Amino acid sequence: MLRKPPLFSQDVKQRLAIRFFMQIDLSVQEVTKKFNEFIAVDNVSFEVPDGSFFSILGPSGCGKTTLLRMIAGLTEPTEGKIEIRGKSMLGIPPNKRPVNLIFQQLALFPMMNVEENIAFGLRRRGEGKVDIKKKVEAILERVDLAGFGDKKIDQLSGGQKQRVAIARCLVLEPAVLLLDEPLGALDLKLREQMKVELKMLQAKVGTTFVYITHDQSEALVMSDHVAVMNQGVFEQIDTPQNLYNRPETPFVAQFVGDNNAWSGRIRQCNDMTAEIETAEGPIFHTKVRESLQPGDEVDLFLRPEAMLILPDPSLSELNRFHIIVKDILFDGANSRLLAHPLDADTELLIALPQTRQYDYIQKNDKIEIGWDQQSGICFRRS
Amino acid sequence: MKNQKRWGLFFFLSPVLLWLFLLIVLPHIDLLAMSFRIENDDGQMVWSLSNYLNFFEEPIYWLTFVRTAIFSILVTFLTFVIALPVAFYITKVVAPKFQGFLLVLLLLPFWVSELVRVYGWMILLRESGVINHFLIKLGLLNQPIEMLYKDATMILGLVYTSMLFMVVPITSVLDSLDNSLIEAAYDLGANMWTILFKIIIPHATPGIVSGSIVVFMLTLGNYLTPNLMGGKNSLWFTEQIYNQFIASFNWNQGSAFGFLLLVLSSIVVWLGLKLTRQNLRKVVQ
Repeated sequence: MLRKPPLFSQDVKQRLAIRFFMQIDLSVQEVTKKFNEFIAVDNVSFEVPDGSFFSILGPSGCGKTTLLRMIAGLTEPTEGKIEIRGKSMLGIPPNKRPVNLIFQQLALFPMMNVEENIAFGLRRRGEGKVDIKKKVEAILERVDLAGFGDKKIDQLSGGQKQRVAIARCLVLEPAVLLLDEPLGALDLKLREQMKVELKMLQAKVGTTFVYITHDQSEALVMSDHVAVMNQGVFEQIDTPQNLYNRPETPFVAQFVGDNNAWSGRIRQCNDMTAEIETAEGPIFHTKVRESLQPGDEVDLFLRPEAMLILPDPSLSELNRFHIIVKDILFDGANSRLLAHPLDADTELLIALPQTRQYDYIQKNDKIEIGWDQQSGICFRRS
Repeated sequence: MKNQKRWGLFFFLSPVLLWLFLLIVLPHIDLLAMSFRIENDDGQMVWSLSNYLNFFEEPIYWLTFVRTAIFSILVTFLTFVIALPVAFYITKVVAPKFQGFLLVLLLLPFWVSELVRVYGWMILLRESGVINHFLIKLGLLNQPIEMLYKDATMILGLVYTSMLFMVVPITSVLDSLDNSLIEAAYDLGANMWTILFKIIIPHATPGIVSGSIVVFMLTLGNYLTPNLMGGKNSLWFTEQIYNQFIASFNWNQGSAFGFLLLVLSSIVVWLGLKLTRQNLRKVVQ
């Protein structure tokens, strides 16, 4: 059979779709949740477009689970509005909402087998037996568990349970699928694997995912957009690349990826380039995003990989200073030097490329470090 | 070494074995033998089945027997219906720091003997009792009514006596029920009743069955409550046994009735286990 070539490529189609038909699946507007005096979620607003993978990243206790439970309907917000596909969810109980939640501990029903678990939601909707059987088989195939219908829950491995939990929700075709750190209980190897699998699955089924996690790598690898949450507030909503390269707050700079923090004072600032005298000694020049006044206290962040070991002397735009190596933290491709500046004991992490070029570096060596003026991230201290 | 271990086991097990053998097995063997013997016309003891035949030939005996069985099952069921919400409230609804307090509150009445508790009910319910007094004072009644010595009163007393033995095992199984299972079911579209019948009761079945066995056995073998709260109309089978032993002084007939009651309770418990597809070992744990 001959197929007509498509008029537009997949990519163009997608962009057109976003431009003209972009539907907002989930809209959270100025939502606040208080437990007595404690404010768990403080005036949070965001929108998630149809078919995207949205993550909420934050340390434990930042209110992300509370936010997710409010979207699922298990908790009512104190103030604010939650809309799903344009319909207000105020006062609608969880069993009537077009969203489903995957729990941290998965919450598969141990008294039922895999098939009954997946059919649970469909039965509650009163669908026909034949339809249910067809749908369950289709979804099992989709999550690569064909033929597992008769298995009991405790016969499954961690990864298989994961996929059953996802299938149990996806079979209901929810507008939004909520995931509450579902990879938390898995061991590292499996977690890495499930991360990729989950992203592929989301792309395949096209359901909107809202994923919460405290693991920045999960959020960065899987998501289209990530919101970084701290103490009930969204610090920044952006693409993973922007979060890493252009953090907007000191918290984001420190929470997303590793960063070395310096504190300092502005000596002069013109043309968006500042000269900073750090408390640790060295004087640095760096690009800044806002105009700063001499005397302003600032925090300066430097990524481990922004610091170059023994930079080429011909590079003139570099900030240069000396460090003393305290230890070598070997971790394969992620190896670092643990060091401190000459006259201070602030700990610094410096990326150590495993090209064998730096194999001679030993503990207590004194070496020169350089970094480009573009790669510093500077915030005025408030 | 192996021998030593065996001796150790024997040494520590012997008090239990002696207890079981001397105080339970031996008297039962004697009673069993007694139930098959009657005094013949010459005043000599001979082997016979007539003690058991009497039971089937005299309708009052087996009717009482069936009535006791049915009422015991009813009491067990009513106790379960009341105990489940109580256990659910204690384990899932109330703040954890009040759980212990509520359990103690439940336990407190059982520090008083059953006799005293039953007399307490009698003071409340009798013709000149507290409830009648208040109903007349309020003008709801013109003359006092007798609330004691009715089947309903007897069932009330039996349910009250058995409550704790149902609440405690159900509380312990519900404690192990992960709250997120209930939330997950709710999230997947289930309503309250579906959650109750598909999640909570299946999870709690071992506790429900073990509670039911205890309550059923206790109710079936209860003498005090039916006798005091049901009076002469109660027609509880234990009273028949009592009458044979104490009133008629016919120990042979009495032990035959005793064994019939034992067989009955064993059959009902066995049926209950089969129907709920539980096995005794799992339930006793």
